[in-house]
Amino acid sequence: MADVPMLEMKGITKRFPGVLANDKVDFDLFAGEVHTLLGENGAGKSTLMKILYGLYQADEGEILLNGTPTLITSPTAAIEHNIGMIHQHFMLVETLTVAENVALGLPSSRGALTDLDAVSEKIVQLGSQYGLEIDPEATVWQLAVGQKQRVEIIKALYREAQLLILDEPTAVLTPQEVDQLFDTLHQMTADGRGLIFISHKLHEVLALSDRITVLRQGRVTGYTTTEGATRSSLASMMVGREVKLAPDKPDVETGSAALEISGLSVIGDRGNVVIDGIDLTVNEGEILGIAGVSGNGQRELAETIAGLRQAESGSITIAGTDVTNQRPVDVRAAGLAYVPEGRMKDGIIGLFTVAENLLLIDHNSKEFLDAGLLNFEAIRTHSQDLVDEFAVKTPSLDTPVRSLSGGNIQKLILARELSGTPTVLVASQPTRGVDIGAAEYIHKRLVQQRSEDTAILMISEDLDEVFGLSDRVAVMYEGEIMGIVDPKKATREQVGLMMAGVSQEQALA
Amino acid sequence: MATVGNARRSSYLAYSVPVLSVLAALLLGAIMLVLLDASPVEGVRAMFDGAFGSGDALISTALKATPLLLVGVGITIAFRANVINIGGEGQMVAGGLLSTALALALGDALPAILMVPLVLLAGIVGGAIWGAIPGALKAYYGVNEILSTIMLNIVAVQLMNYLLRGPMIDPGEIERGTRIPQTQRLPEAADLPLILGNDRLHIGPLIAVLAAIFAYILLWRTPLGYRVRAVGQNPDASRYAGIPVKRTVVLALTMSGAMAGLAGAILVFGSESHRMVTDGSTAGFTGSAGFNGIVAALFGGLHPVWTIPASFLFGGLLVGGNALQRAVQVPSALILALNGLVVIFVVSTDRYKRLLRDRASAAETAARLAELEEANSVSVAAGANGSDPPDRAEPPPEGTGAAEGRDE
Repeated sequence: MADVPMLEMKGITKRFPGVLANDKVDFDLFAGEVHTLLGENGAGKSTLMKILYGLYQADEGEILLNGTPTLITSPTAAIEHNIGMIHQHFMLVETLTVAENVALGLPSSRGALTDLDAVSEKIVQLGSQYGLEIDPEATVWQLAVGQKQRVEIIKALYREAQLLILDEPTAVLTPQEVDQLFDTLHQMTADGRGLIFISHKLHEVLALSDRITVLRQGRVTGYTTTEGATRSSLASMMVGREVKLAPDKPDVETGSAALEISGLSVIGDRGNVVIDGIDLTVNEGEILGIAGVSGNGQRELAETIAGLRQAESGSITIAGTDVTNQRPVDVRAAGLAYVPEGRMKDGIIGLFTVAENLLLIDHNSKEFLDAGLLNFEAIRTHSQDLVDEFAVKTPSLDTPVRSLSGGNIQKLILARELSGTPTVLVASQPTRGVDIGAAEYIHKRLVQQRSEDTAILMISEDLDEVFGLSDRVAVMYEGEIMGIVDPKKATREQVGLMMAGVSQEQALA
Repeated sequence: MATVGNARRSSYLAYSVPVLSVLAALLLGAIMLVLLDASPVEGVRAMFDGAFGSGDALISTALKATPLLLVGVGITIAFRANVINIGGEGQMVAGGLLSTALALALGDALPAILMVPLVLLAGIVGGAIWGAIPGALKAYYGVNEILSTIMLNIVAVQLMNYLLRGPMIDPGEIERGTRIPQTQRLPEAADLPLILGNDRLHIGPLIAVLAAIFAYILLWRTPLGYRVRAVGQNPDASRYAGIPVKRTVVLALTMSGAMAGLAGAILVFGSESHRMVTDGSTAGFTGSAGFNGIVAALFGGLHPVWTIPASFLFGGLLVGGNALQRAVQVPSALILALNGLVVIFVVSTDRYKRLLRDRASAAETAARLAELEEANSVSVAAGANGSDPPDRAEPPPEGTGAAEGRDE
């Protein structure tokens, strides 16, 4: 490592109306290392990186590049200073080729004419150097997610980025793709580049980083080298207290089959088969985890169970009642509770208050009616009970839900869904994007519900979550169940292979 | 840092926006008066006197405001389901026609105590049908309701022209050969009862105010209204929760049309001629109340109760405009221009109002959460409790499109 850091951010402060997003944050990066910025949603990681990339201006503090104070006023300026950013959501033009995307916004060596051949050549060369093989002529929309990310990285390398910001780059990758990505990143640091890695996946942070800075509520609350750090020590720094990453699961005697799916096939929005003849059974007192890269039919499976999507063939029964292609309200009456994956879109009504959102399913219940009118006293009592029980942090019952944090919104949805003591709970991505404290609580509740004999179908992309909570793990790939494994015996690698389409026999071999 | 006080200030500003926009429009109107060599002071005084200056003026204003209020209340119901009903004109006509047909059919068979409720009910049914059609088209076939309601306005007026020139025309008009498109004098038992011993003021304004209160209770105190608002705010989450989204959309437009239909019936049986009359255009029967009611509803923040004073004010503007025209001898086009200005100002500042209100609510929540955090950190000693700040460390969201209105 050089003596002078390639980047120093000193005392960075950034205020937004009502929020102190960054409070005197110090951060530095040396050439040839990976420095991770760790923190929950809203901790200020993105704000800090947007300041570095010129998207925001800091209210206070300064940025030094190779020891020289520098003003970065726009992304263009950042690129000129050899800073690159890989965004969580790809910034690619889907209808253009890889080469066209890479060349976009750069001057051509041939003046007014494009020089795509030269660009393609360089792409191939960068690709072989860093293990980022890709066809420069391919059109972006045809590429798989992992390949699109390669294009993003090549874009940055092509622009000769020495300092690369990676904003949750692994969110959409399979474990194998993550390994490949990490190989590439290690090669880049070996070449003397500096990487800033943003993530909340703790095992990835430990695998990749040299140093780790933890942000909480806009402040630096922890700093450590990777040696000596553990997942739970990092989690504690993020949350500010001891955290249990996997809940204690008591032994529960599983009962009879509560949710039975047999031969289910579903046609997706684009007219293709998205669920192809699957059979699944979830018993009372059991958590069946569904692992898989998103987009392999998990969402459609949940929606079909809930009556929101038509089954083409096959049947679904809940506690013996056939609910195949029944109305959502009837499926719920048969004993289903459903936590949808699209929290803001499908789970809540953003401008409705906390109390109104808690009423979404029960608004016709006699309990809350008085002579045909809504009984606000009963509703408030009920809501207050749920808010207290599920520790939803809200200023009042009359607060519009969209101003709450993701974790609190998710707790609110869980409170609403579990208030009816369901037979079957389908929980899609129950903790995606929520803070650790809320995730910890949600996991605890799921385990508690399991003890109360609810059959739980948990769909998750987070393998930690799947392994930590499930009694059995079904792996889904392209609308099929690749196999069902015991999480105590199977390894992450085996499940990862099945997520990529390798059959169970081969994966376990 | 945001405080609750800041939030309040934004909130007050939001409420003052519609009033300020009307004042701005009137100011522009005054400038036009000056350009026409008329005294703006005298003009404004004539307007005010004509609309609110005497008992008689107030009655004129109340009668003018009645259809505006009913249509406006209908608009607020549809709007809460995120449906834009531009079909007030057609729904008024449909209500007027059905109630008139019923009155003609019944003749003098029934006493007033039965006749009046029956014809009003017929108006409600007529408007409801004319609202249900675009509702069903939208819910089941994805037809844009703005287009279908506007087109049904045209269908309704043609139907009215046919009926009032043909099957329903006053036989006397044929005998005399004058052929004015109007019905005969409708049965006296169907005349809307007069109140307060006045010879013009009938129960119409009272019914309209009751309808507004009814709509408020419906929307905010009943499960049905809850469903309407839920579907309007987020149809996806509503569907996921088991609410029948399509049926609710149809129902909202049906109720919206019912209100306009009631307005149509009141226009017929509260008219001084006690006939249904047209001049060939929709405006000939409705006086454009089907459109002006939309403006009244917007002016009232798309809230049924606030639409009461908003309609009264806007009705006053219409009545006062006529007085202004008489007093300072300006062309009648100026009155139309003045109304248009009010419409443009109210509608175009609506976005700004929403922005202020959103900012107020975001700032208030942030401030309250901060207070909550403080209280927590004091009571729970030294970090025994984790705390999560608001999800986004971003500026509060800005006005989010025309689909949102004031929410209670």
